[in-house]
Amino acid sequence: MTIPLVTVLGRMTLAFLGMTGSIAMFAGRAISHCVRPPFYRTQILRQMLEIGYYSLPVVGLTAIFTGMVLALQSYTGFARFSAESAIPNVVVVSLTRELGPVLAGLMVAGRVGAAMAAELGTMRVTEQIDALTTLSTEPFKYLVAPRLIAAVLTLPLLVMVADAIGILGGYLVGVYKLGFNEQTYLRNTVDFLQVQDVVSGLVKAAVFGFIIALMGCYHGYNSRGGAQGVGAATTNAVVSASMLMLVSNYFITELFFAR
Amino acid sequence: MNAAPASAPRIRVRGLRKAFGPKKVLDGIDLDVAPGESLVVIGGSGSGKSVLLKCILGLLPPDSGSILIDGEETTRLSGGERAKVMRKFGMLFQGGALFDSLKVWENVAFGPIQADGMPTHEAKEVALTKLEAVGLTPEVGELKPAELSGGMQKRVSLARAIARQPAIIFFDEPTTGLDPIMADVINDLIVKCVKDLGASTISITHDMASARKIGDRLAMLYQGKLIWQGAVADLDTSGNAFVDQFIHGRAEGPITMAVRK
Repeated sequence: MTIPLVTVLGRMTLAFLGMTGSIAMFAGRAISHCVRPPFYRTQILRQMLEIGYYSLPVVGLTAIFTGMVLALQSYTGFARFSAESAIPNVVVVSLTRELGPVLAGLMVAGRVGAAMAAELGTMRVTEQIDALTTLSTEPFKYLVAPRLIAAVLTLPLLVMVADAIGILGGYLVGVYKLGFNEQTYLRNTVDFLQVQDVVSGLVKAAVFGFIIALMGCYHGYNSRGGAQGVGAATTNAVVSASMLMLVSNYFITELFFAR
Repeated sequence: MNAAPASAPRIRVRGLRKAFGPKKVLDGIDLDVAPGESLVVIGGSGSGKSVLLKCILGLLPPDSGSILIDGEETTRLSGGERAKVMRKFGMLFQGGALFDSLKVWENVAFGPIQADGMPTHEAKEVALTKLEAVGLTPEVGELKPAELSGGMQKRVSLARAIARQPAIIFFDEPTTGLDPIMADVINDLIVKCVKDLGASTISITHDMASARKIGDRLAMLYQGKLIWQGAVADLDTSGNAFVDQFIHGRAEGPITMAVRK
């Protein structure tokens, strides 16, 4: 028996709309707990440490090599047009506006979003979330809200560090491999950088932090079916967070830079 | 057949229904539990025992029916009102459901600290007292749940369930996965702790030795309905073919298992 294409499309549309509504309701409930006391400060600090401090090595390595490659690639392209002097500008603008927040976001989604989904998923299937409820503790307030608050606060800090390390990577290649003058490279970097470049990157980081925590918590919290369900939740958290980040990245960019 | 308690019930369930899709799991449950009474619900796997417990606890919303806790309707409570009712409850989960990121004493002290606002040093004292009540030393309190055996995890879970001195305690398969001796130790602890607190309890179990030891009254759930309720002493003379088959663990009888041949 073959199923008509329109039936398949209809089912997919309904499933998509159903999931969108479910995520929106989850987000609304989570945000309502983020702005109402009590706040579990220890949980928030623990999550900030997990998201920010422990992500520093992977984000730092990503940023420094991205900055280095950017400088090298720009040189090979720009040298054809004798535009090598634009390399510091390209490196700093690319990193602060796009590569810093996007790459840090993707790295954190892989590291932290997956961990959130796995932790909450395991808590769900082992009835630990039900246990929280029986101990008069609202799971959204204890588990979801601290992760959302921590991610929104920490991602911008992490991106600021990533931007700085990435620019350092470009500087190292520019000065020590491509023969730029140190002062000229730094002056070009600083002169060309605008506040809006940094601010847009930090706004993106905060939005990406929200998306990563929301997807990690949503898929973990609603995980079903034992180890297989937790595995699926982890995969879905990383994939959906990555896709949503890339889509939202376009709209935030348009908001800041569209003419 | 019915042996409903004479005094005003602590828990009163009337006409409780719950379905998942087309499958009716609970189909009009009526149940009373008196103060200080211990009710054991027995029934086959998938008969709806856990769903009944979760509906009373408020973890699952029933489709219809009424659940009164100390005379207060709880089926439509939310947020803070629900948390107040939860204050009366303690729960021992089948798998323990201990928070594996916390130490054992922190698990036991979780309710007093997070829900009741008790200072940490005071809550730790309470936790260690409760751990002692279930036969565990203060050294065990410093371990993580993953470092404990199944029997010790059950004891910690029992200590957590009684830490806030609840008026009502639920036990979900308290002896599942334990050897017979450890199961009997847990049964003794349950009886002792419940009597000390004077709490009402609802337990669900397959373990008939456990049911006879911890229960005052017993109810059997079959196809979403309570088909028999009575005193544990009357269990062997229930005159109910379903109950007889279940308590003797016979394959032949009115209860048929959906097994593919």
